Amino acid sequence: MNDTETKSTETKSADVKSSDEKRVGVFVCECGVNIGGVVNTKAVADYVAALPGVKVTSVNKFTCSDSGQADIQQKIKEHNLNRVVVAACSPKTHEPTFRACIEEMGLNQYFLEFVNIRDHCSWIHMWEKEKATEKAKDLVRMGIERSKLLEPLEASEVPVNDTALVVGGGVAGMQAALDLGDMGFKVYLVEKEPSIGGRMARFDKVFPTNDCSICILGPKMVEVARNKNITIMSYSEVKEVEGFVGNFNVKIEHKSRYLDINMCTGCAKCSEVCPVEVPYDFNEGFGTRKAIYVSFPQAVPLRAVLDMENCIKCKACAKACERGAINYEMQPTYTDLNVGVIIAAVGFKTYDPEPRHDFGYGLYDNVITAMEFERLLNAAGPTGGHIVRPSDCKEPIRVGFVNCVGSRDKNTNIYCSGVCCMYTIKNAQLLKEKRPETDHTIMYIDIRTPFRGYEETYNRARNLGVKFLRGRPVEVKEDPTTKNICVRVEDTLAGEIRNLEFDLLVLATGVVPHEGINQIQQLLKLSKAADGLLMEAHPKLRPVDTTIDGVYLAGAASGPKDIPYAVSQGSACASRATILLKNRKAITEGITAVVDPDVCVGCGVCLPMCPFQAIKMDEKEKKANVMKALCKGCGTCVTACPTGALEQSHFKNSQILAQVKNVFKFPEVAA
Amino acid sequence: MTFEPNILSFCCNWCSYAGADLAGVSRFQYPPNIRIIRVMCSGRIEPAFILEALKNGADGVLVTGCHIGDCHYIEGNKNAEIRINNTKKALEKLGLDKRLRLEWVSASEGARFAEVVRDFTEEIKKLGQNPVKEVKINE
Repeated sequence: MNDTETKSTETKSADVKSSDEKRVGVFVCECGVNIGGVVNTKAVADYVAALPGVKVTSVNKFTCSDSGQADIQQKIKEHNLNRVVVAACSPKTHEPTFRACIEEMGLNQYFLEFVNIRDHCSWIHMWEKEKATEKAKDLVRMGIERSKLLEPLEASEVPVNDTALVVGGGVAGMQAALDLGDMGFKVYLVEKEPSIGGRMARFDKVFPTNDCSICILGPKMVEVARNKNITIMSYSEVKEVEGFVGNFNVKIEHKSRYLDINMCTGCAKCSEVCPVEVPYDFNEGFGTRKAIYVSFPQAVPLRAVLDMENCIKCKACAKACERGAINYEMQPTYTDLNVGVIIAAVGFKTYDPEPRHDFGYGLYDNVITAMEFERLLNAAGPTGGHIVRPSDCKEPIRVGFVNCVGSRDKNTNIYCSGVCCMYTIKNAQLLKEKRPETDHTIMYIDIRTPFRGYEETYNRARNLGVKFLRGRPVEVKEDPTTKNICVRVEDTLAGEIRNLEFDLLVLATGVVPHEGINQIQQLLKLSKAADGLLMEAHPKLRPVDTTIDGVYLAGAASGPKDIPYAVSQGSACASRATILLKNRKAITEGITAVVDPDVCVGCGVCLPMCPFQAIKMDEKEKKANVMKALCKGCGTCVTACPTGALEQSHFKNSQILAQVKNVFKFPEVAA
Repeated sequence: MTFEPNILSFCCNWCSYAGADLAGVSRFQYPPNIRIIRVMCSGRIEPAFILEALKNGADGVLVTGCHIGDCHYIEGNKNAEIRINNTKKALEKLGLDKRLRLEWVSASEGARFAEVVRDFTEEIKKLGQNPVKEVKINE
């Protein structure tokens, strides 16, 4: 049966190709009530049915559904259509669906014209139904005129180098690297810090199970280091990215550690003798580290790093190093990589309340952030796991927690960071378990505990006696003698103002983009959302893809995420990337610039226009030449061409002008 | 009857078209005077398209692209900026320069897209009908 069907399509495509007559079918989608509730789709179909070239029109409840697509295919057959106009939602989501649909019927996929009458019409003119209907008619008319000028194009294939680059060695990036490595692909894992592990390495315990964070992360870090397919490039940064899917050329800078990483054993004898002490960034500035140090005991790779900014060059470390690894003159080195895919798992930072002095942070000693609390709680932290208050190092009894600091606030970030409720509950619970005499009050706007085990953790904290007060502090002051923190807060459930005194106040700071995000965004040509974090190709259906083929996003760089979510995204990226890595080829758009050699005079104006060096001058013939594999199809060179020898396929001058000339109707023409 | 201008907009596929989509998804309402033509990059927009639009009934032309530095094709929008500014200069002599506007709208700026359209529509309403159109109607 399949055979006969194929045969019949073959004959049809031959028929269609031989005919110059443009036979257009127009398919107007109601998208349920999304379009149909505003635009009179029947009126649109009736109007366009009378336009020249239109052989058939059809209105469907959901054109993208099986029956909607079957209707298109049937009408292509019945009416011998050679152009299909779909008036529906956005080509950005649905163009591939309908291209495949018409291709199945033997039509070239570029004979589809997609008209957006939902996102650009019905949804934005909800209360102007008549005007929206008139606008839809115009939009479809423009599409019909353009469709008649569409030309067949072939999508091209490019080879894919089966190696991957993962940027960011946090838990999401590690998972992506591990999955790809386990599948047998070569992976380069680039991390800007001296050790992989990311933010998770700094946490004490992780909700909802209260596992020791480094106890579950440490073995995974070692697993990454042991994986034969993974090369860790720590203390390194991506400096340049060129090329395209399957073939990215990347320059990596290895910052100087001022010691030979192959000779260093991480014994830390250098740190023991180093006389310089600087605030320990890994402990959020609590306690000190030396100018030469191993970032933390479980670091991978377990190697020292010399912080030249603070080094006094006393050379004590060089004398102490038995292996003579230290080199004060060491310069950064560079590696050029060629990779097929890039996974960006560049992470986040926590909101910094210092500049705005939110809730007295930075003004009063005993107001600290949750990350600082986390390090104090950690057995490997500056106090060996004892929570003390900074002013007098005494163990606090009354501890207040303020939620949503830098989140859900018009003055900072409007979004919910998603993780702060849970980590605050966890922190209060851990201290309560350690020291039952302590008294905890969590001041919140709403408590959000959406996933498995989270609500149970919340209940457990309440049963332990952690108090929850719904309200945001309006005033935070320090008692100058006791250094206690006095908080004025409205208990919005009881409807009364409360004046509370705490020994320590902990701010639940939210998830924000870190400084490096702009650099990676511009290097990879990614989009950034209004919240400053990176944007995925589609928030629901393509959550780890980007608009750049072969580039994927994992972890909190694309929005706040907890650990299981970040790990899932790491795996998801690996899975998406494998499609390219395994097939070793990628299909690229057929839309490119094309030169008409008969018209080209070889002036070379187009050459500097192309940022991808896709145009080369044939010096002998004095003609420009477009290399299709390099051309991304932007059309900038086409606009620059003074002779009209360059055209952008699928966006030819004639095709765009067909839309321009048919968009508005003059009164007398319309009448 | 109040004057309802015809506005033609060119949107680049990656940022501003997606921004217009987001305005739709977010149901940000804006005046229905605008018709959008999608191109892959704002660098593809030829001055001729703008002149043709003004000749063919548009009272205003709105060109939108990615913010500088965010271009999907690295610097197509920089070329667009030069060309649109030059076109504006040429239109100045015809007294039509205010009918052309260039704006950067990112894929996440749905609200901004709606705002830009509202603002531009208002401006063109104040300017009144494109005089070229009058000539054409009277022909």
